[in-house]
Amino acid sequence: MTRISVKVDGTAYEDEVEPRLLLIHYLRDRLGLTGTPIGCDTSNCGACTVDLDGESVKSCSVLAVQADGSEVTTVQGLATNGSRHPLQKAFHEQHGLQCGYCTPGMIMAARDLLAENPDPTPDEVRHALEGNLCRCTGYQNIVRAVLAAARQDTPARVPAQEAAL
Amino acid sequence: MTDQITEPAGTGREVGRSRPRKEDARLVTGQTNWTDNISVTGLLYLAIVRSPMAHARIDRVDVSPALERPGVVAAFSGRDLAGGMGSLPCAWPVTEDIVLPDHPPIAVDEVRYAGDPVAVVVARDRYAAADALEAVEVDYTPLPPVLDLQAALAEGAPLVHADKGTNRCYDWPLATGESFDAVRERADVVLKRRYHQQRLIPNAMEPRAVVVTPLAASGEYTLYSATQIPHVLRIMLSMVTGVPEHKLRVVAPDVGGGFGSKLQVYGEEAIALAVARELGRPVKWTESRSEGFLATHHGRGVIQDIEVAATREGRLLGLKVDLLADMGAYLMLVTPGIPILGAFMYPAIYKMDAYEFNCTGVFTTRTPTDAYRGAGRPEATYAIERIMDELAAELGLDPVELRRRNWIRHEEFPYTSIAGLTYDSGDYEAATEKALALFGYDDLRSEQQKRNERGDTVRLGIGVSTYTEMCGLAPSRVLRDLRYAAGGWEAASIRMLPTGKVEVVTGTSPHGQGHVTCWSQIAADVLGVPFEDVEVVHGDTKAAPQGMDTYGSRSLVVGGAAVHHAARKVVEKARKVAAHLLEASEHDLEFTDGVFSVKGSPDARKTIQEIAFETFSSHDLPDGMEPTINAEHLVDPENFSYPHGTHLCAVEVDTETGRTLIRSYVCVDDVGRVVNPMIVEGQVHGGLAQGIAQALYEEAVYDDEGNLVSGTLADYLVPSAVDLPEFVTDRTETPATSNPLGAKGVGEAGTIASTPAVVGAIVDALRPLGVTDVRMPCTPQRVWEALRDARAQKGETS
Amino acid sequence: MIPAAFDYARPATVAEAVGTLDGAAEDEAKVLAGGQSLLPLLRLRLAFPSLVVDVGRIPELRGVREDGDSLVIGALTTHHDVIRDPLVRRHAGLLAAATATVADPAVRHRGTLGGSLAHADPAGDLPAVALALDAELVAEGPGGRRTVPAREFFVDYLQSALRPDELLVEVRIPKKDGWGFHYEKFSRTAQAWAVVGVAALVRREDGHIAESRIGLTNMGSTPLRASATEAALAGAPVDAVARAAESAADGTQPSADPSASPEYRAHLARVLTRRAVLAALG
Repeated sequence: MTRISVKVDGTAYEDEVEPRLLLIHYLRDRLGLTGTPIGCDTSNCGACTVDLDGESVKSCSVLAVQADGSEVTTVQGLATNGSRHPLQKAFHEQHGLQCGYCTPGMIMAARDLLAENPDPTPDEVRHALEGNLCRCTGYQNIVRAVLAAARQDTPARVPAQEAAL
Repeated sequence: MTDQITEPAGTGREVGRSRPRKEDARLVTGQTNWTDNISVTGLLYLAIVRSPMAHARIDRVDVSPALERPGVVAAFSGRDLAGGMGSLPCAWPVTEDIVLPDHPPIAVDEVRYAGDPVAVVVARDRYAAADALEAVEVDYTPLPPVLDLQAALAEGAPLVHADKGTNRCYDWPLATGESFDAVRERADVVLKRRYHQQRLIPNAMEPRAVVVTPLAASGEYTLYSATQIPHVLRIMLSMVTGVPEHKLRVVAPDVGGGFGSKLQVYGEEAIALAVARELGRPVKWTESRSEGFLATHHGRGVIQDIEVAATREGRLLGLKVDLLADMGAYLMLVTPGIPILGAFMYPAIYKMDAYEFNCTGVFTTRTPTDAYRGAGRPEATYAIERIMDELAAELGLDPVELRRRNWIRHEEFPYTSIAGLTYDSGDYEAATEKALALFGYDDLRSEQQKRNERGDTVRLGIGVSTYTEMCGLAPSRVLRDLRYAAGGWEAASIRMLPTGKVEVVTGTSPHGQGHVTCWSQIAADVLGVPFEDVEVVHGDTKAAPQGMDTYGSRSLVVGGAAVHHAARKVVEKARKVAAHLLEASEHDLEFTDGVFSVKGSPDARKTIQEIAFETFSSHDLPDGMEPTINAEHLVDPENFSYPHGTHLCAVEVDTETGRTLIRSYVCVDDVGRVVNPMIVEGQVHGGLAQGIAQALYEEAVYDDEGNLVSGTLADYLVPSAVDLPEFVTDRTETPATSNPLGAKGVGEAGTIASTPAVVGAIVDALRPLGVTDVRMPCTPQRVWEALRDARAQKGETS
Repeated sequence: MIPAAFDYARPATVAEAVGTLDGAAEDEAKVLAGGQSLLPLLRLRLAFPSLVVDVGRIPELRGVREDGDSLVIGALTTHHDVIRDPLVRRHAGLLAAATATVADPAVRHRGTLGGSLAHADPAGDLPAVALALDAELVAEGPGGRRTVPAREFFVDYLQSALRPDELLVEVRIPKKDGWGFHYEKFSRTAQAWAVVGVAALVRREDGHIAESRIGLTNMGSTPLRASATEAALAGAPVDAVARAAESAADGTQPSADPSASPEYRAHLARVLTRRAVLAALG
């Protein structure tokens, strides 16, 4: 067992953990922070993406002991003063999710992109999300959502077809 | 049932509107309830020992070393649990003489695919359970794998189920119209092609999981599962395990996608229930992605021989289809029926005089197949659309023109297809014209011609798919005729709460489709209450006891219609109360926007929400009236619904590397009337992604021993945002006539339509170079090889 | 899936790390840097180390500096940092460009240059790049430091010249100022491993090609140089590229997998080498 101290979504935790414990299992099984799901065993799907000391990481490919002394932000820690993060709003308004399983990871990966590139092109958004798989949306509305969050003045989308019919 | 409608359906304020979803608030903030999130005191974790071999006799299973491992509570072999579990069910024995092998949830004597369960360990946490797997000792004697569909049918082939004496599961023939031989005689052109539908791994983003909490004293169980079918699952698990149905509650909590893969009664669900009963302790099992690649059913896996006969002018005379369908090792819930669903779709939107079909189901030593998005219909659409392209090329016709010469014209609806389906509505001309314009078809064709003439390295290809499909599964009498064990109805009930809020209880079980939002829109319109005042209850056999669940693009067409009808019943009951309270005749009442008012005296009014309270208090109801305005309704659809559309794909194919890039993709779908355009568009996008993925990227690859080579997400290539194009989607609208919503269903359309559009585009790009087919997925290597082979053939013939 | 249990050490210095490795027998200890190759192997239980030595907290292993004509990159420098480092971009642009194609942003935040090289996966992008750049890999063991040229470092599939008690500490790259460069990666999806990759460096002189360095990804059990093509390009005019690239696969032994046959890989190597060299020429 190894002793770690980690701050997650603003709360400090100290725990004894097995060295092999994955960060995602630490979050989910030990801390009960089940907002971040787990989707694969090869770090391909990105469902488990969280922020570790200011950078997006796949928490299935980080040991909890590697996060010792670090700060972790999950999708559950994004809202500020009860107000949802612009990405959370945009995913909702642009229908950027269906089943929602990939959504926490998508939002965390997109947040990482926008921190570095506040005004990305659609192509840059797609590349930034290349490590996050979605099986429902075909990605189109996810890209729209990230672009909308980047330019928050963009009005909520009304599909052309709705206007037409 | 639809002819009962006597007045306009609802206000129309909600239906047709792109409401952002009610479901999202929790999902975007992580306040989710996936099955693996569920934790209860004393929870134990299951892990399953699986066969590392495709086919072997089990000589010995010893679980006792696992019991020595730290944290391990119990371990069971297949034999240990055999007494408590029967065979897993197949609900669709498609023929009378179908071969139905026994399917124990844990193998006892023989394993028949890599991944077949052989033992289960139970431990205090998931890490201890994973460790204990390695301690279970199993001795196998290898048996020959059965992998090739044709070889499996040959005399003397090794058998998947030796006791059955054959690998042939069934033959299912259909012949309608004239005989195919007769039309072939008089045809000017006869073409025959073979297409391969590769195996696909569905890959819902949420891996499967199951949690069972027992109440040992009363023999009651609650089973939470990442399933599409809580209601069907309850019945089937009761039959498999002997837990009485009324003692078993099944809950589908938040479910992260399904695409057919969670339309199943899985061994792990039965195992978890049996172990919880054995131990009297709550248990959880969650699959890892790579475990799921072995243990969750696959889709497709069909060899298609298709033959078409036509006149010189391009009029179709007949179609003959012969399928070999890979069942995998066992028959799961609807395994044998999947290709049969496709049987009716090969003639598609085309008129012809003869149609012959046969499907032979074949057992192999691979993971069982079953429903995957589209389920039989993508396969059919692929084959007919591909051979239409071949016929067009043979006749020197534009592929769109060939389709136009054969499709059912708008004025011919309703039209009974040669396969016997009655297409109630559609307008193939309108969808096609709109798609061609959006796509810029003529300009692309002239660019293509220029580039071909120049001999460009990167070629432009255009693919056309004018599809239809059958949705709204299903009329129960049709299901009877197809030997499906259950009905196809759907249930809804509406509870008017005293404060005027509304609970819609549905038998559908959403896992991403947005039923909560759409059912709210439907109910809000009919009842004239605010969208926000409606909540939708689903996915729990205790809270929503009646249902047939969600698959086959049925939920809106059947379940949404049930919501509509139930809401109308509520209005009619409320009308009696309103008439009584307003001292007017029911016939003198108008109902608009949730308000009953007396014609001619607008001040005499009651809202339906007020009436909900009056009914609750029951102080002043009409004499003899039951004190409720709640209502329920079950819909058994009178027909399928038939979405259709025209999909056009332009690809750039690099003839040096074989790489394909989708340059543009346009689709115009007619899915009937639309409840929520934003959700419909999202369904189309996602469907396209999966259809394109079959065309270009995905394949479950097995080696000669029957091991799954593409065993992780690193090897099985699910496309990312970079690998898919921006889609242009639009719609035309001819309402379905078989339900009051006019809806046709949209969950599978994109997947069904897109695969042939993409592959057709690749072949179109390469046809001037002699290529007439590329096997899916059209990997760069396969494209390159097709070009190489075409060059070699040209060299031979010249 | 879940890793098997292991002991864990987190040394604070290189010396301490080497000492820890020295005490562990062969195959029992694994060095954990960013963990982006190791963690999936542990989770799939394809690796069973009894000891994991986490070098992630050794600050001296991180960062980029100049040393005369060379660039010195700490083994623990992440892909993310390599891509953005001004020195790397100026003097080893090929490395920055190729690193930007590795995996995805989240993996690049954790994954390290040293880890990628020490993993010695011929399908990885960076081994071929190191080979093309004539990088030198500096290992520290109980007996001190030694420098291994890239062409001797990659021994076999997933096998480097590092001894079990050695730690890769830095990568020295001769500055390639003024060289044109391009990394041509061919993968089936954005996330997938390269079917074939070609790392090209070209120096032009008076309108012809003075010299070139071409590294090949996934064309054998180790990264390889397209030596015949390099020879053909030396002193050649620009229009000789297509012909020179025809020999790019000479001497390679590419493997077969579901993505590609050896024959197709060889074909790709020729096409991609031509494209990479032409792109490097600008």
